[in-house]
Formats: sequence, C-alpha cells, structure tokens
Amino acid sequence: MIKVSQLQKVFRIHQARSGLAGAFRDLFNRQYKTVKAVDGVSFQVEEGEFFALIGENGAGKSTTIKMMTGILTPTDGEITINGFVPYKQREDYVKSIGVVFGQRSQLWWDLSPTESFRLLQRVYKVEGEDGKRWLDRLVEELDIGGFIHQPVRKLSLGQRMRCEIAASLIHKPKLLFLDEPTVGLDVLVKQKIREFLRNLNESERTTILLTTHDVSDIEALCKRVIVMDQGKLIFDGMLSDLKEKWGNGTEIAFQFKQRIPVAELRGLLGEYPCELFAENEYAVRVKLQRSREMLPLVLSSVMASYEVSDVKVMESSTEDIVRNIYSVDSEVAVNG
Amino acid sequence: MAKLYAELIRIRFLTMLAYRVNYYSGIIIYGINIGAYYFLWGAIYGDQQSLGGMTAEQMTVYVAIAWMSRAFYFNNIDQEIAQEVREGKVAIELIRPYNYLSVKLAQALGEGMFRMLFFAVPGMILAGLILPIHFPPTLGHWGVYLLSLIMAFIINTQINLLTGILTFFLFRNEGMMRAKRVVVDLLSGLILPISFFPVWAQTLMGFLPFQVINYYPSKIFSGAIAMSDVAGVLWLQFAWIAILYLPITLLWRRARRNLVVQGG
Repeated sequence: MIKVSQLQKVFRIHQARSGLAGAFRDLFNRQYKTVKAVDGVSFQVEEGEFFALIGENGAGKSTTIKMMTGILTPTDGEITINGFVPYKQREDYVKSIGVVFGQRSQLWWDLSPTESFRLLQRVYKVEGEDGKRWLDRLVEELDIGGFIHQPVRKLSLGQRMRCEIAASLIHKPKLLFLDEPTVGLDVLVKQKIREFLRNLNESERTTILLTTHDVSDIEALCKRVIVMDQGKLIFDGMLSDLKEKWGNGTEIAFQFKQRIPVAELRGLLGEYPCELFAENEYAVRVKLQRSREMLPLVLSSVMASYEVSDVKVMESSTEDIVRNIYSVDSEVAVNG
Repeated sequence: MAKLYAELIRIRFLTMLAYRVNYYSGIIIYGINIGAYYFLWGAIYGDQQSLGGMTAEQMTVYVAIAWMSRAFYFNNIDQEIAQEVREGKVAIELIRPYNYLSVKLAQALGEGMFRMLFFAVPGMILAGLILPIHFPPTLGHWGVYLLSLIMAFIINTQINLLTGILTFFLFRNEGMMRAKRVVVDLLSGLILPISFFPVWAQTLMGFLPFQVINYYPSKIFSGAIAMSDVAGVLWLQFAWIAILYLPITLLWRRARRNLVVQGG
C-alpha cells in the first residue's frame, strides 16, 4: 500500500551573516547551506497497519510525512501510495488520504465545525446519504455533537482536535496520517482519541501512520515502529523488537520466603547471561538482557528451586527506550 | 467542481459577514477616499470648465464609478497567500483535492461579490441620487460593463496571484505587494484618468495590463467608449488574461518544487 524507497529531501538554507556589514553583504551575495532533512529512507507498509514514526525534533519525521502527503516534492527517491505518486498526482492522490496536523488547524477558524464539514463534503464529493451517515457516526464516536455548532475559535483544544480528526476522515480515507495529534491534550481526551483510532483501524481497516513524541500513544496503539534520526531510518520493526534492541532489558524482582545468598542464586543461574542485585537478604533483582528467551527459563528454574512469596516482572518502558536511543545518538554527536 | 467553488464563495461570504466591523470600516474608508478625491478634483478644477477633455462633473462621476468598480475587483489574495506560506498553512491547502490557485480565485470572487452587493450597489444608488451619473442606458450596456468588470477582476486577481506566488521564493515580500497595490491603483486609472498622463506615458501604459483593470471598464460604464468599440476592449482584456496565465502556471510549478513548509 505504501512503498517508499531511497527517499531524500535536501533543503537549501540561507545562512545569514552576522552584524550590519554581514546583512549588507547578504543583500547582494547570499550564502546557502544544504541540509539533508531526509536521507535515503526506505520502508513499506501494508494495508490495515497501525504504525508510528518516532524520532527527535528535526529527525526528518515531518518532512517525510509531508512528502508522503504530496505537500513536498522529494529531491530524490520514490514514493508510491495507494497506487499514486503523491507529488505528481497530488489532486487525485489526496482524495484517498486523511491528514491531521496537530500543530495546524484545517478547520475554518471563524466558522463552526459544521460549516467546515459541509465544505469538506463538497470538496471530497461525499454529500450523499452515505457521506451523511458516515459523518453522523464520526460525530457520535468522537462525541463532538455538543459543540459543532460553535465557532472553532471558541472550542477548547481537546474539542478542536476531535473535530480535526472528524474533518480529516470525512471522505472515509483508506490511509490516515496523524502528525503529533495528541500534543497538549489532557489524559481523558487522549484516551478518547486513542479508543476512536483503534476502533477505526479495526472496523474499517484504515491504515494509520502516527508521528508522536508521546510514548504512551505508541504503547497504546502501534505494533510497528519506525525510528528516524538525523534524516536516516535507524529502526523499522515491531515495538517488542525495539524494546529488545534498545531497552534496558527486563528486570525480575523475587521476594523469597527464606534467606537466599546471592552467590547461591548466581550458581543456579550460572549459564544464563544475567545480572543479580541483592536488595536485602530476602529479595533479589535479576536483570536480563535478551528477555524474550530468558524470561521463562529464569522464572521456571528459580521457582522450581526456591519458595517464592512474590515475583514482579518489570519491562523497560518505551519511554526508557526512546531516551536510550536519544542518549546514544547524542554521544555519537559529541564524538563526531 | 462548480458546486465546490460555489461553496467556497459562500464560505468567504460568511467569513466576511463574521467580521462586520471590517465591513463597516471598509465603507467608511471608501467614503473617505471618494470624498477626498471629490474635493481634490474640485480644487484642481477651480474655475476651469474642463481639464484633459473632462469636465469637473464628468470627473466626479469618473471617480465614483472607478472606486465602485474597485470594490469588486480589489482583493488581498496575495497577502493571504503570503500569510499562508509564512505560517505554513499552505500545507493544509495542499492536502485538498483541488487546485490551490483556483480556490484562491474563487475566494477572491466571494469577497468581490460581497463588496459589490453590500457596498458598491447601495453606494452607487446613493451616489446616483447626489451626482449626475449617467447609468448605462440599456441592458446590453449593463451586460458589456459587467463582462468587462469580471475580466478586470480576473486580471487583477492574476496579478495578485503572481505577487502572492513570489512569496514561495522570497518568504517576505510585503514591500513588493504594497508597491504593487500603489502601482495598480495609479496605472489602472483609479487615482488619475489615463488621459491625464503625458502622451509617452500613455503609450508605455498601452503595453501594460493595468489600464484594462479600471480605466476601460469605467469608460464603458460612463458611455465614453462607443458600443462599436467595446469589442476591442473586451478582446484586449481577454488577451491579457491569456498572457498572464502563462507566468502564473510556470511560477506555480516551480513554487511547488521549491516549497518549504515553515514551522515544523
């Protein structure tokens, strides 16, 4: 459904010289620096997938999305989505996608959402009965019926964002792009939006691409994650694999009924690659590196040999992972 | 597609209504302008009967008609484009299955129709009571005037689109847009009828599109151009529309390639 190969976008950025003399020289002779915002990114997405594109600010996520939505023209590389080349067949292509920019409204500021919906129905030619029924369903599921007759400028951010999502889906697109849709929203609204998106993905098989800074969004919604950094794709795979690769591993906290010296436990787990930390005489934490294979083995062997009163398994959160990725990169940046 | 543009015009109409204060202040500004030119020309004429082949009375009527025409063809589409580019809002426009420039044209038309209906028409009726305006005598005259006015609107909007698109390359071009506004007002004959310019300037202006924006439509309205010569004016306007279409298309294609969306 989506095929991106060797995508590249180069921006030419004007470098202003400093000072008055510099400004004067800039009038006649400008200096430019070229920046590779997206550098050789390739990936594929199947229909019905729900996936996240994450990365630091300036990693190239937004530029990638803008090329995928037909707004920007790639410098090099190819994109094919829904059988279209976005920047070449923009007007036909955009009929098959919906886009929400969290930072930017697509509703008319001075009019009510109802008016905007009406215009969008015209724009996408979905004014018939089907279009009305679908809009009614969106209004109901997003719970926005109470305020869609007020001017947009009088809505709260959470109310507006739900209207934005309804607006982006008015033509029932097969593919939905969400560029940081939950920035600045409170927990309840986030919850509502996530439920709605999950439902949409399941019931309509809508393919959804999400970029976000909010790690809880990804954990709640996405199975697949693409990580970008400095314009390059550095990870593409399942969220669980991402945890394996960048996570701190899994920690198991055992609470024993009798005193267990750490050395004894070490002996028991001798062949497994893991680290042991004694909390006190009754409690030991075991840190595993490759958690998926190791977890059952460690658990079963410990449980078989000792009486255990409590076990806690602590997986590293996506938040830790993202922090890990970023901290590694910043070290690289310092060394480089 | 026609339905869509009708809807866009309607929406612009509603937006104009939402800002009623702007509407009222617009009336006052036009009133002041017309009044100022009325008294200015009165002072210039003094005791003289005619200047540049026009009597003081004809001049007054010319000023009134010229400003009323401007109410229809004038718009700030270029500044809107500039703002959308600067704020990155153009991204939202580009995810829609329509042609950005045609939409801008439709919005400009919505604005023009609003000002014509709520401002120029009542203004003209009011002016007709005070000034000895000779309204076009037949329906045919009216039709020809409206046709030339619509073409004037298209040409003026094309010029606005051109200066607007330049924002894609320059990012800040308020200065150029302001200059363009003054140039259009001056060279279209709004401030000074073309016949008042020196002959060499008139020849030069013959090669520019500005005089067909206001001078000729206003002359058609007042009957200064005979019906038999009107076709020539309309063809000239049509030619300018065709000529201006070319650089717009080329620049727009380049702008799409060069686009940088500001602010993330």
